[in-house]
Amino acid sequence: MEVLQLLISGLANGCVYGLIALGFVLIYKATEAVNFAQGDFMMLGAFVTLGLVNPEYMGIPFWLALPLVFVIMGVLGYLLDLVVLRAVFGQSQVAVIIVTIALGFVIRFAVGEIWGHEPQSLRSPLALGDVRVGDLVLGLADVAVIIVTVIMTILLWQFFQRTKMGLAMQAASQNQMAAYYMGIPVKRIQGMVWALAGIVAAVAGILYASKGALDPSAGFIGIKAFAAAVIGGFGSLPGALLGGLIVGVIEPFAARYLPPGWSQIAPYALLIAVLLFRPHGLFAQVRAKKV
Amino acid sequence: MSLLEIDSVTLKFGGLTAVNNLSMKVEEGQVFALVGPNGAGKSTVFNLISRFYTPVSGSITFDGKDVLKLAPHDVPQLGIARTFQNIELFHQATVLQNLLVGRHRHRQTNMISQMLHLPSVRAEERAHRHAVEEVIDLLDLQPYRNSRIAGLPYGVRKVVELGRALASKPRLLLLDEPASGLSVEETQNMRWWIDDIRRHMKITVLMVEHDMGLVSKVCDRVLALADGAKLAEGTPAEVQSHPSVIEAYLGTNAVSKGGKVA
Repeated sequence: MEVLQLLISGLANGCVYGLIALGFVLIYKATEAVNFAQGDFMMLGAFVTLGLVNPEYMGIPFWLALPLVFVIMGVLGYLLDLVVLRAVFGQSQVAVIIVTIALGFVIRFAVGEIWGHEPQSLRSPLALGDVRVGDLVLGLADVAVIIVTVIMTILLWQFFQRTKMGLAMQAASQNQMAAYYMGIPVKRIQGMVWALAGIVAAVAGILYASKGALDPSAGFIGIKAFAAAVIGGFGSLPGALLGGLIVGVIEPFAARYLPPGWSQIAPYALLIAVLLFRPHGLFAQVRAKKV
Repeated sequence: MSLLEIDSVTLKFGGLTAVNNLSMKVEEGQVFALVGPNGAGKSTVFNLISRFYTPVSGSITFDGKDVLKLAPHDVPQLGIARTFQNIELFHQATVLQNLLVGRHRHRQTNMISQMLHLPSVRAEERAHRHAVEEVIDLLDLQPYRNSRIAGLPYGVRKVVELGRALASKPRLLLLDEPASGLSVEETQNMRWWIDDIRRHMKITVLMVEHDMGLVSKVCDRVLALADGAKLAEGTPAEVQSHPSVIEAYLGTNAVSKGGKVA
């Protein structure tokens, strides 16, 4: 029973990692760049929700605020691409990486200025109550996180495999020039990817904030999510989710059964092991990039 | 009215005049070649038609429509497809997937029905697959259908790129050096395909090519460029024996000896 309890809470944590990792993979799939601000996007999405919902700020009912949050984060993602990233359009990927690292700092600072640095909690209806299944006591938040994550992954998977825009995003990531000649508006498509990444980050942020306290440094779990994305195989959406789940499950088990401190190291130890033995990740779509 | 009309187009990069007051007309059903020494501006003309460069003056119309008013990604919608001198494919995708991207401009269904994978979407995808299979049959790409581009030899990639352009069912096909880097045998195939494309698919072809053997076999009309300006225009034989063409290729002495560009 204890094992099951650990497993469920690990899975719920893993889902949040998985959603942030999905954000990484989205941007990577569509632009071949890594957005190191994805964790901070998540934190920003959570704070935007908190600012709209919590009574000490605007006090809008949660379910009414949700679509607003998605619109705000989507537009923000699109604008970031339009204003900041398009300035480095066509530059090397290193330039994009450095820009996104800087973006992370800016977001953390801005959020701290607006909402303060003290931990706060989101008035989320998901945060209340438990679900009892037999002897098992599950937090409602944990269950909600798992369900929402599964739905998000299926939607994104369908989007990339089936829709004209999803396929255009993949084409644009592989060869921008050729994509133009196929009639794909490459720059607009990249803007849409950032908008999508903003929305996914908002979902992750709301779920994260439903599970516990929130402060501007929450975005640092993006590092764990990055490890999750690499473990899963960068570029694979299901891989990102599974990578997140693995990292999420390892932590509580390492905390329970291994000496103190090991739970902190365990995800990265696994990351190193994966890089050594399966450098393309556990669920990579491309086994070997032949040159 | 000609299918493609370029009228007094001039393009400058800073002080360099890359295309100088060029006018040309490509008629429906023609195979038209642009020839000229390296740096003459042949590929630049392609990039003008595909809207990657905007001329300082002049006009480009396709089937009566002003091409210069369009964004680059709108040009394929007119029915203009192209290939590249250095091959621009989607390297991590398979041959089949590359050809299917060529169908991008023909996809009609909306995003919601695509995500739900409704019967209308499935019917549309079958139609696209059918169109692509026709191209695969024409170009003998069957053995490579599910191979990733990254592992294919140069000659095959060249054919895949031609196939992707054909899959979009264009009215005008721009071929940038279709025979460069190909073996004698592959060049021979390319010649037959260009004939097929014109005769059976009724596609007008505008190509840049250095191989005068290929040009004289497949083209109706040739325009020779040097330093961005028109040197001569006419049938392949006329252009090859034109004094200023010989001069541009071989220097002035060759003219007095009455030489001919090979």
